[in-house]
Amino acid sequence: MRIEGYGRIDRDTPLNFSFDARNFQGFKGDTLASALLANGVRLMGRSFKYHRPRGVLTAGSEEPNALMEIGQGAARTPNVRATMQEVFAGLEAHSQNRMGPLRHDLLSVNDLLPNFLSAGFYYKTFMWPRAFWEQIYEPVIRRAAGLGSLSGQANPDRYETGFAHCDILVIGSGPTGLMAALTAAEGGADVILAEESAHFGGRLISEAEELDGQPGPDWVAEMLEALHETGRVRLMNRTTVTGAYDGGTYGALERVGLHLPMTPDLPQECFWRIHARQAVLAAGALERPIAFPMNDRPGIMMASAIRSYLHHHGVAAGRKVTLFATNDDAHRTALDLMAAGVEVAGVMDSRTDAQAQGDYPLFAGAQVISTRGRQALREITIRQGGSEQRIETDCLGVSGGWNPTLHLTCHMNGRPVWNEDIAAFVPTEGAVPGLTPAGACNGVYSTSRCLSAGVAAAGAALQAMGAKAPEMEIPEASDSPGKARALWLVEGKGRAWLDFANDVTSKDIKLAAQENFRSVEHMKRYTTQGMAPDQGKNSNIGALALLADATGRAIPETGTTTYRPPFAPVSLAAIGAGGQGKAFAPQRFTTSHEASVARGAPMIEAGLWYRPSYVPRPGEATWREACDREVTMVRTHVGVCDVSTLGKIDIQGPDAAAFLDFVYANMFSTLKVGRVRYGLMLREDGHVMDDGTTARLGETHYVMTTTTAAAGEVMKHLDFVQQCLRPDLNLRTISVTEQWAQFGVVGPRSRELLNTLLDSPIDNDSFPFMACGEVGVAGVAARLFRISFSGEQAYEIAVPARYGDALYRLLVAQAEALGGGAYGMEALNVLRIEKGFITHSEIHGRITAFDIGMDRMISARKMCIGKPAASRAGLQDPMRERLIGLKPVGAVKQLTAGAHLFEEGAAPVAANDLGYVTSVGFSPTMGHFIGLGFLSDGPSRIGDRMKMVDHLRGVETLVEICDPVFHDPEGEKLRG
Amino acid sequence: MVDLIAKTPCADLLPIKVEAVTLSEVTPEAITSIMPYEGKWEVASEALKSAHGITLPGPGRSTGKGDIRAIWTGAGQAMVLGARLDAGLAPHAALSDQSDAWALMRLEGAGGEDVLARLTPIDLNPGVFKRGHVARSLLGHMNAVIARVGAEAFEIMVFRSMAGTAVHELEEAMKSVAARAALR
Amino acid sequence: MRIKCPLCGDRDSREYTYMGHETYLDRPGDEGWSADWDDYLHLRDNPAGVTRDLWYHGAGCTSWLLVERDTVTHDILRVELARDAKRGRG
Repeated sequence: MRIEGYGRIDRDTPLNFSFDARNFQGFKGDTLASALLANGVRLMGRSFKYHRPRGVLTAGSEEPNALMEIGQGAARTPNVRATMQEVFAGLEAHSQNRMGPLRHDLLSVNDLLPNFLSAGFYYKTFMWPRAFWEQIYEPVIRRAAGLGSLSGQANPDRYETGFAHCDILVIGSGPTGLMAALTAAEGGADVILAEESAHFGGRLISEAEELDGQPGPDWVAEMLEALHETGRVRLMNRTTVTGAYDGGTYGALERVGLHLPMTPDLPQECFWRIHARQAVLAAGALERPIAFPMNDRPGIMMASAIRSYLHHHGVAAGRKVTLFATNDDAHRTALDLMAAGVEVAGVMDSRTDAQAQGDYPLFAGAQVISTRGRQALREITIRQGGSEQRIETDCLGVSGGWNPTLHLTCHMNGRPVWNEDIAAFVPTEGAVPGLTPAGACNGVYSTSRCLSAGVAAAGAALQAMGAKAPEMEIPEASDSPGKARALWLVEGKGRAWLDFANDVTSKDIKLAAQENFRSVEHMKRYTTQGMAPDQGKNSNIGALALLADATGRAIPETGTTTYRPPFAPVSLAAIGAGGQGKAFAPQRFTTSHEASVARGAPMIEAGLWYRPSYVPRPGEATWREACDREVTMVRTHVGVCDVSTLGKIDIQGPDAAAFLDFVYANMFSTLKVGRVRYGLMLREDGHVMDDGTTARLGETHYVMTTTTAAAGEVMKHLDFVQQCLRPDLNLRTISVTEQWAQFGVVGPRSRELLNTLLDSPIDNDSFPFMACGEVGVAGVAARLFRISFSGEQAYEIAVPARYGDALYRLLVAQAEALGGGAYGMEALNVLRIEKGFITHSEIHGRITAFDIGMDRMISARKMCIGKPAASRAGLQDPMRERLIGLKPVGAVKQLTAGAHLFEEGAAPVAANDLGYVTSVGFSPTMGHFIGLGFLSDGPSRIGDRMKMVDHLRGVETLVEICDPVFHDPEGEKLRG
Repeated sequence: MVDLIAKTPCADLLPIKVEAVTLSEVTPEAITSIMPYEGKWEVASEALKSAHGITLPGPGRSTGKGDIRAIWTGAGQAMVLGARLDAGLAPHAALSDQSDAWALMRLEGAGGEDVLARLTPIDLNPGVFKRGHVARSLLGHMNAVIARVGAEAFEIMVFRSMAGTAVHELEEAMKSVAARAALR
Repeated sequence: MRIKCPLCGDRDSREYTYMGHETYLDRPGDEGWSADWDDYLHLRDNPAGVTRDLWYHGAGCTSWLLVERDTVTHDILRVELARDAKRGRG
């Protein structure tokens, strides 16, 4: 129920929302949890394994019970903590993990079988009979398993990533963090203050504390104003710092639009990478529960959460409240509730010497040993001395003490240290370089000392940066954290929960110890304690205390498991933002792209480039029709194809020739100016890296081409050679792939076509095969290369890319006038297979020059990369798989790339594998399918018949091994 | 006699405007890379000075005078924008015409830094990345040259073929930033 | 992770790619295959401690860098241009 005069919500802005299809009203500033509590809703979910009724346990990020599905349709999101979801107009929420309505979950039958569903039960069951596993057990378990469900539809929401830089990152905006941020800013640093909640101020918003004589929230508002005045503080609320990484890098998840109705162009979340020179961790501490029998009912929550709901949201979590605590701090809940007019039926303090701090019934030395009220708490049973007593109550606040929120300090494999005085783990100094923990997360629990700690930590951070720590005034605040003692478990009848989210009880921990899972790492995985969305924030310490006890060790000896990023759940969409849809990879378009698209050419991807697969003509129904026509068109008339995508590297300098001799297997220093040569490039391990052509445009000027998809890799390799192997060579290289639009003009009428466009005509003498040089096209300075990937008379003409579109259209128009036209990648591929030319289908990383019959290209006259390794006997064994051609000779006419080759009579199994097919295509020139591949001792087997088997596609073809050059083996057409 | 029509890289893509931020194409008369040969950096810089009035910039910097600017673009490398280079530079350095290789854009307006912060990992704080500073880094997944040319103005260069992707990424970032600003 | 490129300054690791140990700088002089070549291509130590490795600033200035780094503490102790390191060792 709401309490008048309490809460920092905006009562002038009511908001309607729904939960499980019932309408409710909340206010701006409410969370889903606070608004539901205000409306008297206690039942908020069903537990993971036993499907027990659950209510909200906390008021913050560590919530294990109140996990809900938010939203509708494609954007429905499961497992949202109701304590973190801010209410907005039209918010739709649903409880999850139930079959049927929340009040009558059919799967709560599991709660009748705790002895069969204890820790690790699935390792001991569902094994017999074997057939039942696939048919019955697995489908049933699959339906019952999991927590929450996805919509299954594509996510239409927007997400973003961002990069931020600062001098000092302050994590947390409670008293420690606010003082740290102000100190840092006053010291001249650029500051980012990251706060997980929507509000700044940490626990000060949830307590009745005064600083400098004014209410905590007022002091917070003043501090925010002061931070703003410095002009150096970037406030990032709703931002959870999720991980600490090397070099002062922090990951952070910002909730940008989750607290609002859907807004166009507004991201839901932003995942930040923050780089900070120094950081202060002021993440506070989390209250921990006590494990006592039946401690998981709706209405049982953390004592400090009751104060949060009262002071932050103006909500009384119950009408007749009791408390079960081990420390003085929790008594504040009784005092605050009474001041707000709420009845406190009793405070059970397990310490026999506990003192009352006000006028409420105190039961010193008492423990809660049982509770009643399945859908909502109505009664507890306590034991004090020898006697038992029942107390009527609808809300029980529990406090087993506090755990410093030190997770980030352990993200680089650090372990925390046990502090016996506060019975809690505290950070190890220096565990994350550059990150200083301060305040409650460092085991300091009084407000006054937290304020000082913030100043000191920021001062240390400033000094580490070489700046001066300013003098800061520390406000007056309470300095009494009170006394505390540890109580981990109350023995009694009934299950006592540790991990609420994964339904792990004290019995499970003891069972793990009993079955010899004694290490805390084993106990965690065996019981699944600590593996739920709260990642053990409510159960880690309690569980390891029980494990220590059960295995006769002390807590420090037992140790903790490793804390890893993320601190709180992060949606994959947020991490993957900047990689969805079009943003996944850059799209690279050639200058002829528009013209190709206009002709209806479908595009294929080659690396990041888009290239036309074929250029269909009216009446062509299939890609094969277009491809066959294009191949024939090129061989009989002329074709035009965009080859701009191949890497082009400009190489200049006195040692350019020597450099090429070093990186290529064959000689390039002997290449004459105005000529082009095919080059084979090896890796240092003797295998082929790439092939291409290199043109010599001048004495000290070359242009190298590379395969489209390998351009970046070759460029990196050339940089490596220049900088790391041969800095003695005087040359410079730069990519010119994008500078030049380059087109293949291919076929018997190619020269004829070019001569309609060139400023000065060429002939076979002035421009023989493998010549290159500068030419003019419509007054534009262009380059011409006479090279051929098809075996026909062919040229490549290059113009500055600004003219690419215009030249392509012109070339295609001229080609069509001569009986030819544009052609695409499918035809390009068939043409080169007909000539036995290789691409990266053959250069797949495991072949050598020997394998493709080019071992004699490795010049004997000079050293080159890869030469020594290539000379190893094993790389020259004739029985290696070597390049061959193949064609079908039986009833089946189909060849497939990826198929393997076997002797005709051999079983097509791995042991009999003799080779494989790398490239195939239907050759209209030959009238049948042709292919290239690698076969053991291939060249010796030309003429043999073999069996080609493709297990994946179910194709088996009788083939004849042949020379890889199918068409025009003498190469006459090239030189005409 | 035929005429080849020239197209700029962002011809059909820019300019665009989202609230206070605009993205427009910049088309300098020429872009030429200069990579001085071994031991020739100073000589090349002097030759550049006498021919065009500017020196070669050091790492992360730019120099300029009137319409002509030189930006540092890598180890031992700079690009001169604005005018065709004098032939006298040739013996000292490898020169390469890059005029058509790049899409060059200008991002201007309040919040431009926030837009770029979505896409590039470099520190854009005005105290760190000052006017006249240049960086080679990433824009999304693309290699890019990013320069601050004014208090609220940046120039961005990406490969010509990726102009479409660059404009798309920048526009999306501009929209996200504008949507946040509308909340305040 | 961040690496301070001598030319570009401190940058996020996404701008770099890793190649391997500085051994790659010392290409053997043997014309034919040898034990030195085998070592150069195939044998590497895997220290829990300081190592010197080659990285490529591919998304930045395209310099190759020699980075001295402690594999246990992740401290980066020194970064220099590989070209300078290579010239220093002849």
